[in-house]
Amino acid sequence: MAALGPLGRIARFGSSICRNHRLIYNRSPQRRGIASCIDPSHGLTDEQKEFQKVAFDFATNEMAPHMAEWDQKEMFPVETMRKAAELGFGGIYVQPDVGGSGLSRLDTSVIFEALSTGCVSTTAYISIHNMCAWMIDTFGNAEQREKFCPILCSMEKFASYCLTEPGSGSDAASLLTTAQLKGDHYILNGSKAFISGGGDTDIYVVMCRTGGKGPKGISCLVVEKETPGLSFGKKEKKVGWNSQPTRAVIFEDCAVPVANRLGAEGQGFGIAMRGLNGGRINIASCSLGAAHACVQLARDHLLVRKQFGETLSNNQFLQFKLAEMATRLVASRLLVREAATALQENRSDAVSLCSMAKLFVTDECFDICNQALQMHGGYGYLKDYAVQQFVRDIRVHQILEVQNAADEC
Amino acid sequence: MSGRVLVGVKRVIDYAVKIRVKPDNSSVVTDGVKHSMNPFCEIAVEEAVKLKEKKLIKEVVAVSCGPQQAQETIRTALAMGADRGIHVEVTGKDYETLGPLQVSKIMAALAKKEDAQLVILGKQAIDDDCNQTGQMTAALLDWPQGTFASEVSFDGDKIKVVREIDGGLETIKIKTPAVVTADLRLNTPRYATLPNIMKAKKKKIANVKPADLGVDLTSRLEVVRVDEPPQRQAGVKVETVDDLVGKLKEAGTV
Repeated sequence: MAALGPLGRIARFGSSICRNHRLIYNRSPQRRGIASCIDPSHGLTDEQKEFQKVAFDFATNEMAPHMAEWDQKEMFPVETMRKAAELGFGGIYVQPDVGGSGLSRLDTSVIFEALSTGCVSTTAYISIHNMCAWMIDTFGNAEQREKFCPILCSMEKFASYCLTEPGSGSDAASLLTTAQLKGDHYILNGSKAFISGGGDTDIYVVMCRTGGKGPKGISCLVVEKETPGLSFGKKEKKVGWNSQPTRAVIFEDCAVPVANRLGAEGQGFGIAMRGLNGGRINIASCSLGAAHACVQLARDHLLVRKQFGETLSNNQFLQFKLAEMATRLVASRLLVREAATALQENRSDAVSLCSMAKLFVTDECFDICNQALQMHGGYGYLKDYAVQQFVRDIRVHQILEVQNAADEC
Repeated sequence: MSGRVLVGVKRVIDYAVKIRVKPDNSSVVTDGVKHSMNPFCEIAVEEAVKLKEKKLIKEVVAVSCGPQQAQETIRTALAMGADRGIHVEVTGKDYETLGPLQVSKIMAALAKKEDAQLVILGKQAIDDDCNQTGQMTAALLDWPQGTFASEVSFDGDKIKVVREIDGGLETIKIKTPAVVTADLRLNTPRYATLPNIMKAKKKKIANVKPADLGVDLTSRLEVVRVDEPPQRQAGVKVETVDDLVGKLKEAGTV
């Protein structure tokens, strides 16, 4: 980034701080949440500010420098995610007795929002992993919690959430994967589509049909990777979310012990939906982080790019646009945090707030990132600039964990 | 030996912030600006916590001087592994004129009061770049000092310090109690973990006033004016070496 006024001190410090893993990646300092009107630390407790600081530091130092490479080379950054898990990010809202950090939904939202500024795709995967760990923590019995939660919280093993099928996306309750009881095993047949992490992860939380039609016939089973009869489709080529592989998950007479069933038969759909409430907040939080990063990138670009004899920052239209983007970002953040609080407190409006937050925030934040790209002009279209990756990565947030049109129902 | 280490931590404007000078040129804008722990202080805390993990010392006490917000910086140190904190309350005009001399008097008083075996500080703060507090503290205590440390180890009852100096690396052995200042390559500070941040809430931060320590905070310095560095001027292209020499002679540099 070009000189911005009194660069003296920053340049001097920058030249002396060439530690390998604290390289001042030339764009990452700008994502540290510095501009005060959109500062994401407003209204947080001191403790939450500390959580946020760790997450921001981790995002800036460990994720942002690699974000482009992970996207271009489609790398699943296992080592980096394990480092995140060491800090407690593997099971943020999982209970401490099984290795989780025991934090609230709001703390979680704050953390994912900060991590997302470093890499949306990786953070989104971490949030899916967290959702699976929470489902086992909350609905599993003592043996299941002991067996699966600690290794998930440390990210020794990775998890995937398997609900969607080729024939059932929005109409999730019509899923067709069957699980027939034979002795002390369920025999699974069917396939799941678009599974994040599929093929590279170790533990699959699978919603399947043990009973009759509709949601009441669905149960939730934990399937481990090496189980015979479990295979995967080809790795999908995606527009974004490239640091996590997406594959179909195929069950062919796959025998899963009854002991791996979470909750009772017929409870699976409820478990899936409860998981998704938090999932919606997490995905919305990831969108917030991307939008925050993009507003700062746009601001920086406007301060540097000159046309018609002055920097774009003097252009009134762009000033208004940036102010609108900032306003929409803050409004989105408030809605997500309120939804997180409602979910934590088990309020009666929690589910609808989570849906509203996901709908509103993913749409708004995509627009914000898209506007930021537009402000970059032709440069915004180049992969050398991070803004296009944020746009590509969060586009899918408007689709998954319930398509926004479905949330409107 | 008490096995206690005092670590000074300073709350400064975050390194990535674009600094702005106030319109009246009296100082730099700090209101609403993001602050964090001085990076060299982070390195100092990390070194102290490492020594405790190696069981070479018993207790790490984080000290910060300033207004209420200094407690945030102490909390960060606690989240990194310090055992307890001391917040020396300095506010208003006193805080504006707080400099290395005043802080070193405070650190010296605390080092005696807490019976510290070692005082570790960052080599300098990134806001004033003074690089004086460590040295002054050692002088006031009449303790040996190992400044610009890139390596610290215990050697019997002495401390071996490898110092980064202009010519390369210098290794010295100093007796304890001593003052050490941390340089960039001493270590890489750890991230606080979520569980440690929550544990830090329960750790104590004591409140102390400079008067209680018998320290006089009067400054002998007066800041007259603060200015931004001059805007970089465009250079001039010359065609031949003779032209270059001519220009240099004109500018009086040759």
